[in-house]
Amino acid sequence: MKTWLRQHRQALAAALRRIAGNKPAAALNALVIGIALALPAGGYALLDSLRAVTGGSAIEPRLSVFLRIEATRADAEALVAKLKDDARVRDVRFVPREQALNELRAVEGLAEVAAALNSNPLPDALVLRPKSGEPADLETLAAALRALPAVDVVQADAVWARRLSALAATARLAIALLATLLAFGLVAITFNTIRLQILTQRAEIELAKLIGATDAFIRRPFLYLGALQGVAGGVVALAVLWGSFSALNVGVAELAASYESAFRLAALAPGDALALAVYSGGLGWLGAYLSVSKYLLEIEPV
Amino acid sequence: MISFSAVAKRYAGGQQALNGVGFSIAQGEFVFIAGHSGAGKSTLLKLIPAIERPSSGSVLVNGQNVGSLQRAALPYLRRNLGIVFQDQKLLYDRSVFDNVLLPLAFSDFDGREAAKRVRAALDKVGLLARDRASPVQLSGGEQQRLAIARAVVNRPAVLIADEPTANLDAASAIEILEIFASFNQVGVTVLVATHDEALIARFARRVLRLARGSIVD
Ligand SMILES: Nc1ncnc2c1ncn2[C@@H]1O[C@H](COP(=O)(O)OP(=O)(O)OP(=O)(O)O)[C@@H](O)[C@H]1O
Ligand SMILES: [Mg+2]
Repeated sequence: MKTWLRQHRQALAAALRRIAGNKPAAALNALVIGIALALPAGGYALLDSLRAVTGGSAIEPRLSVFLRIEATRADAEALVAKLKDDARVRDVRFVPREQALNELRAVEGLAEVAAALNSNPLPDALVLRPKSGEPADLETLAAALRALPAVDVVQADAVWARRLSALAATARLAIALLATLLAFGLVAITFNTIRLQILTQRAEIELAKLIGATDAFIRRPFLYLGALQGVAGGVVALAVLWGSFSALNVGVAELAASYESAFRLAALAPGDALALAVYSGGLGWLGAYLSVSKYLLEIEPV
Repeated sequence: MISFSAVAKRYAGGQQALNGVGFSIAQGEFVFIAGHSGAGKSTLLKLIPAIERPSSGSVLVNGQNVGSLQRAALPYLRRNLGIVFQDQKLLYDRSVFDNVLLPLAFSDFDGREAAKRVRAALDKVGLLARDRASPVQLSGGEQQRLAIARAVVNRPAVLIADEPTANLDAASAIEILEIFASFNQVGVTVLVATHDEALIARFARRVLRLARGSIVD
């Protein structure tokens, strides 16, 4: 166990020495990997920020419920009371037909139209905010409301919610595809870096085999090198993400203020950031493992 | 300790390097492998740590047929052998000290114990004062002694040296051979390949003489 720990410490030290011995190359590799990773990670963070908006209170789905013209005020009040107790409903606002007509009069150009009417053609209405913004939940609630005797028409603005959710799903898929492609890219980059490293250390590897080093012993520093390079790339990706989101948020803040929203782009949460670094470290390790498995066996001392 | 029987080695290129070679070396012996250039001295020595495998016949080291060892078993065979290579194989990107330290990396010594062993090995070959130097700063004879220090740092039971005195003047060659003799004195089995007949005559040990791949007497 002690020997095992020491051998790992030595392998890590050897990997760090390799990096220290060629800092420009190591920095360039971390940069390439970092920028490649920043793309899907940024997309993911962007989607996450947007989901906070679409799922939150900034743009909430609403149901407009128009009562039958012959429904009495008592019917309307009974319905409001009933809906207030409904678990699916967050709140209900009653819009009496007189108020609706007044609002119509207030709209420029429509005042004359309103004046020409000899009776109020508008029905009483309810504007209702559901608890759930899921399109399916909206549909069920709207259907239930339509079945009520006092209700004439229910307008669910679920269409846009569905579109947005479909769009978000497509974007998520695109990001997953991009992430997969770039993961292959990262493995390929590490594979090649480690291949070059093996070639430059050929004499040392040959000697190690001749004096009794096991394959595992020879492989270990290269695996550490690959993993370290991956982690460094992950850290660069986080820095790129953080920097560009900070820059973008200046504009986003202005835009959001004009909508009276406090919306900001949020870079990855600490847990996600850690996951990114671990994930890219793992991919680096994999690239190194594949490279070492292929090229180390080919080096046979004579 | 080491025994060859009816060993033949034909390289992939068709070159017949060894043919019907048989001998036995007991523990603690000092043996010269003599012969002209191309006689098969290096090939014979490479069969012992299984750097090359015999085409036919058997090579036994400590009763183990090394010609048929699995790849994964080779490191453990080689750790018990100290080898001085004909081309030395020193690493020029690290110090004299670190070159000697290499074989201890996969032994069970901690850092302090390993450093002590490295200094002891360097002391035996007279290079203790040069431990911080780079191998390129050493003379040919000093480089040869460095290669010996690296071979003995693990205190192997068998020491194998391929032309350890090539390119050295007579005085340095004798110095090197005396180092081997001192290891032999403490029980290490020593095999030295050389074509230097004067040196062989001077040390008067057992000689295995090769000519065109076969042992002659
Ligand atoms: N890897 C190889 N592939 C093919 N032929 C080889 C190889 N190594 C050696 N030979 C051939 O085998 C024969 C014996 O070579 P070896 O190196 O054993 O001779 P040697 O006695 O050590 O010579 P020298 O004194 O010049 O070192 C030579 O004819 C050589 O050309
Ligand atoms: Mg030779």
